Amino acid sequence: MAEATQHIVKSYEQELKRLRDLLVEMGGLVEAQLATATIAVLEQDTEAAMRSVEQDPAVDALEREVETFVIRLLALRQPMAGDLRQIVAALKLSSDLERIGDYSANVAKRSIVLSQFNLSFKLSGLANMARLVQESLKLIIDAIGDEDADKAIQVWRSDQAVDDIYTAIFRELVTYMMEDPRNITPCTHLLFIAKNLERIGDHATNIAETVHFAATGESLPEIRPKGDSANYAIIRPRDEKPDAE
Amino acid sequence: MLSGNSTIMEQASNQATAIESAASLARSASLEGPIKLSMRNLNFYYGTNQALKTIALDLPEKRVTGMIGPSGCGKSTLLRVLNRMYDLYPGQRADGEVLLDGENILAPSLDVNALRSRIGMVFQKPTPFPMTIYENIAFGVKLHERLNRADMDARVEWSLSRAALWGEVKDRLNTPAGGLSGGQQQRLCIARTIATRPEVILLDEPTSALDPISTLKIEELIDELKRDFTIAIVTHNMQQAARCADQVAFFYLGELIEVGPAGQIFTAPKQRRTQDYVTGRFG
Repeated sequence: MAEATQHIVKSYEQELKRLRDLLVEMGGLVEAQLATATIAVLEQDTEAAMRSVEQDPAVDALEREVETFVIRLLALRQPMAGDLRQIVAALKLSSDLERIGDYSANVAKRSIVLSQFNLSFKLSGLANMARLVQESLKLIIDAIGDEDADKAIQVWRSDQAVDDIYTAIFRELVTYMMEDPRNITPCTHLLFIAKNLERIGDHATNIAETVHFAATGESLPEIRPKGDSANYAIIRPRDEKPDAE
Repeated sequence: MLSGNSTIMEQASNQATAIESAASLARSASLEGPIKLSMRNLNFYYGTNQALKTIALDLPEKRVTGMIGPSGCGKSTLLRVLNRMYDLYPGQRADGEVLLDGENILAPSLDVNALRSRIGMVFQKPTPFPMTIYENIAFGVKLHERLNRADMDARVEWSLSRAALWGEVKDRLNTPAGGLSGGQQQRLCIARTIATRPEVILLDEPTSALDPISTLKIEELIDELKRDFTIAIVTHNMQQAARCADQVAFFYLGELIEVGPAGQIFTAPKQRRTQDYVTGRFG
């Protein structure tokens, strides 16, 4: 139902378009926020980190604007069917996007601490994870703008890869910490950064579910490919045998 | 010859499939519970103009079925078919089946007066008879039943109470019905309809001439009446269908496009034309 015919009432049509535009604008902001935060981490660029953190109020303001607009539309237009789904979805989408903005800002803040350390290892795993999450975010924001259920499904499926990398990074970082206690502070921050990226991926998945329902009227299945096993990971020192007492 | 035959066969089989799928659509969407009134392959003609096309629709017992669709889509025609109103007009005819508790009410042998005591109808504009309030109610009852004065009094009170009008008129039952307000007149018409204790009530845009408060009173009444009666309501007001109906049927150009629980029709309709209509996108 993406290319729906026009409303008889033109102003209603324009209001729905404006709602979509607001969400896409918000999506653009958090996308930039995450990109800047990623640069801050990978290139130890504290200026980029500051820029990313400073974007937060603009994202929050947009979230409030979407909220107010949605309540107004519900009260004045009494939307039905696809319109109703789109308008209610906007509430959820704005809240997910706002959380993504928060996580990005948190990544940026931690990068400032991180920049004070000389790391003895490369951040290639994290770079990879950040790239995947950014790709998902970009795709899902396109899906919001185009009300595209197929793109939403693509993002919904892709979160597994993010979860896998997150588990690998978790193991890697714990190993560094065990090797050298001086790694503990930077690695702890890196763990939180990875966790934030993983949460951004989860919110992208939430957005995918919302976009899919808004576009088609059908919910995606409850069970999603969810494989972040870092919650259960145990890493033992190298000289310790797995079955040692 | 062969190709001609196969085309006819194909058409027939396509039509059969369409009817089957419409019927299964009607069944799958119908709410739980017994079916009071069942339309099967129903067609209706004004002369040569076909106003209803192979309608398959079930009205579940003691549920409200809302009928929506743009003007001229056939929904009022359908109500007229359901109590054989069209019988009065030459050149109008229906075929197919309309089963009331399994009995085909389109059968020519059917006693139309008896049918109309079982299927009552309320119209868009209140149509009180030029009589007293009491007589308005008693009039229809007298056609079908012989009641003594006390029983008739009880029936009048019951009908007016069920129509949420008793409190407002009990002290002036012997005054002309024309003196009531529009909303009261419409509730009087509903009282008159239920006085003969029908099984099905057909409401043809019953609130389109009423103010919002009178409208809400009628809607509350519908909610109350569905405990005892099977109700079909034609309305142009989408919100009203959403508020009142358990099941909603969308008609377009004489066809039943989609039927389903109200919640589904107004949040996630399956058909594009339904979606366009309920969201106000109709071209």
